[in-house]
Amino acid sequence: MQDLSRFPLELTGDDVPMVRFQQVRKSYGSLTVLDNLDLDVAPGEMVTIIGPSGSGKTTVLRMLMTLETINGGVIYVDGKPLTHMPKGGKLVPANERHLRNRRADIGMCFQHFNLFPHMTALENCMEGPVHVLGLTKAEARDRSEDLLELVGMIDKKDQHPSRLSGGQQQRVAIARALAMRPKVMLFDEVTSALDPEVIGEVTNVIRGLVDEHNLTMLMVTHQMGFARDISDRVCFFYAGRIEEQGTPADLFGNPQKERTQQFLSAVKEAV
Amino acid sequence: MFEWKWDFVWEIMPRLIEATGNTLLAAGAGYAIAVVLGLALALGQRTPYAVVTFVVREFVEFIRSTPLILQIFFVFYVGPQFGIRLSPWMSGMIAIGLHYACYLSEVYRGGIESVAKGQWEAATALNMTTAQKYRRIIIPQAIPPALAGMGNYLVGIFKDTPMLSVIGVAELIHTANAIGSENYRFLEPYTMVGIIFLAISLPAAGLIRLFEGRVRRKLGL
Ligand SMILES: Nc1ncnc2c1ncn2[C@@H]1O[C@H](COP(=O)(O)OP(=O)(O)OP(=O)(O)O)[C@@H](O)[C@H]1O
Ligand SMILES: [Mg+2]
Repeated sequence: MQDLSRFPLELTGDDVPMVRFQQVRKSYGSLTVLDNLDLDVAPGEMVTIIGPSGSGKTTVLRMLMTLETINGGVIYVDGKPLTHMPKGGKLVPANERHLRNRRADIGMCFQHFNLFPHMTALENCMEGPVHVLGLTKAEARDRSEDLLELVGMIDKKDQHPSRLSGGQQQRVAIARALAMRPKVMLFDEVTSALDPEVIGEVTNVIRGLVDEHNLTMLMVTHQMGFARDISDRVCFFYAGRIEEQGTPADLFGNPQKERTQQFLSAVKEAV
Repeated sequence: MFEWKWDFVWEIMPRLIEATGNTLLAAGAGYAIAVVLGLALALGQRTPYAVVTFVVREFVEFIRSTPLILQIFFVFYVGPQFGIRLSPWMSGMIAIGLHYACYLSEVYRGGIESVAKGQWEAATALNMTTAQKYRRIIIPQAIPPALAGMGNYLVGIFKDTPMLSVIGVAELIHTANAIGSENYRFLEPYTMVGIIFLAISLPAAGLIRLFEGRVRRKLGL
C-alpha cells in the first residue's frame, strides 16, 4: 500500500490545473509502462503527446479515461482526485460510484472510432445524453444534431456506422463525445486508421474545437505537422517518461534532448 | 401384414392436433424459460465475484453433462421427497427450461465475447453503468451472432418435448402411444407424429434464418 498522505485531498489556489498526473505509476506485471509521471494540463490548454511506439502515450489517456487502473500516484481532474476519493481525511482508491461521478468530466475518441454499430449516427450521439445524463429525447436530439452539424455529418445522421467512411465515423465519434459536454477531451491517434485523403476532415474538426470551445484537450498523434499547428504544448514521451516538453515552436524547432532530436529526424525521414 | 388405413388416420387426427398444440405449448414455454434463464446464467459467469462465476459455471457444466430425461425424472419424482410437489406440466417445463437454459447460456456467452473490447471502452467513456452497458450496447450486439445457435436450440427443444411423455404430459408421443394401445394400431399414429414433427421443424428452421437476416439488417450489422 503506497503512502498517500502527501497527496492533497483537493487542489486549491489560483491556477488549479484541469488535469494533474502526480507521481503516477503504471505497470503490467514486471513491465513498468509509466514511471512517476507528473503532468499538468491547464484549463483550455491543448497538449499533444508524441513519442515512439510503446512509450506509454495511449496508456496516459486510458488511465485518465479510467479504462486502466493505476499502480501509484493520483490523477486529479478539475482539482478533485479521479483515481482516489477522500475518506476519513485521506485518499483511498476510488470506488465505482466515485468514478462515475468524476468520469463525467472526461470524453474520449479512439483510434478505431468504436461507434455503436447497431445505432445510427444520431442515436450514437443521443445515447449518452439520454441514458446517462437523463436528458429528454428532444433535448438530446437538439444537442446531437447541433454537434453533427458542427462536425459536418448532419446529412448522414440516420446512417449506421457500417455505411460511413472512416473519416465520417470518426467525426460522429467526436460529436458523440462532445454531446456529453466533457471538460476534458482525449484523442488517441484519431487519424491513424484513416486513409490519407480523409485525415483532413477529422483534423479540421479538431482545429475547430480549439478555436470555438473552451475545452481542455489531450491528444496523442503521429502527425507532427498537425501537432505543431494546434498544440499549446507538446510532450515528447520516451520509455514511460516525459523526456522533453515545450511549445511546438521550441520542441520542433529547437529540441534540446538527443532522443527528441533523433525521434524528430526519424519521423521526418519517414514522411 | 399391415395396411395403411386412411379412415383411422382421419379418426385420430383431432387428438393428434390437440396434442400438437400441447407439444408447441411445451416447447414454447420451455424455450421462454430457457431464453431468460440462459441469459441470467451467462451474465452470472461474468460478475466480478469469482465464487459466483465458479458456482454458475459448474452448475451449467453439470446440467449439460447429464441427460435431460434424468433431470425430468428428478424434478418430478425426487421433488416430492423434498416437499416440492409439481404437476407433470410444471416439472416438465422446469426441467426442459433449465436444461436448455444451460445450453443457451453458452450461446449467449459466445455472443457476448464476440463484442469488440472497444465497445465496452466507448460505453465507459460515455460513463454508462454496467447494467446500461449490457442492456444498451453489449447484448444488442451479442444477440445477432447468437441467433443461429438460439434457433437450433428452439428446434432442439421442440424435438425433445417427447421426453415429457415419460411423466405423463399429453404431448404428441404420449398421445400416439395412447391411441396405439387403445386400437392395437401403431403405424398410423407414429407415422403421423413423424410427419407433424417434420412439417413444423423444417419451415421453422427456414423462418429462423429469415428472422436472423432481418434482425441483422435492422441493427445495421
Ligand atoms: N494490456 C496490456 N498488457 C500488457 N502490456 C501492455 C498492455 N497495454 C499496453 N502494454 C504495454 O505498455 C507499453 C505502452 O503501451 P502504449 O499503448 O501506451 O504505447 P503507445 O505509446 O501508445 O504506443 P503506440 O504509438 O504504438 O500506440 C507498451 O510496451 C505496451 O506493450
Ligand atoms: Mg498508442
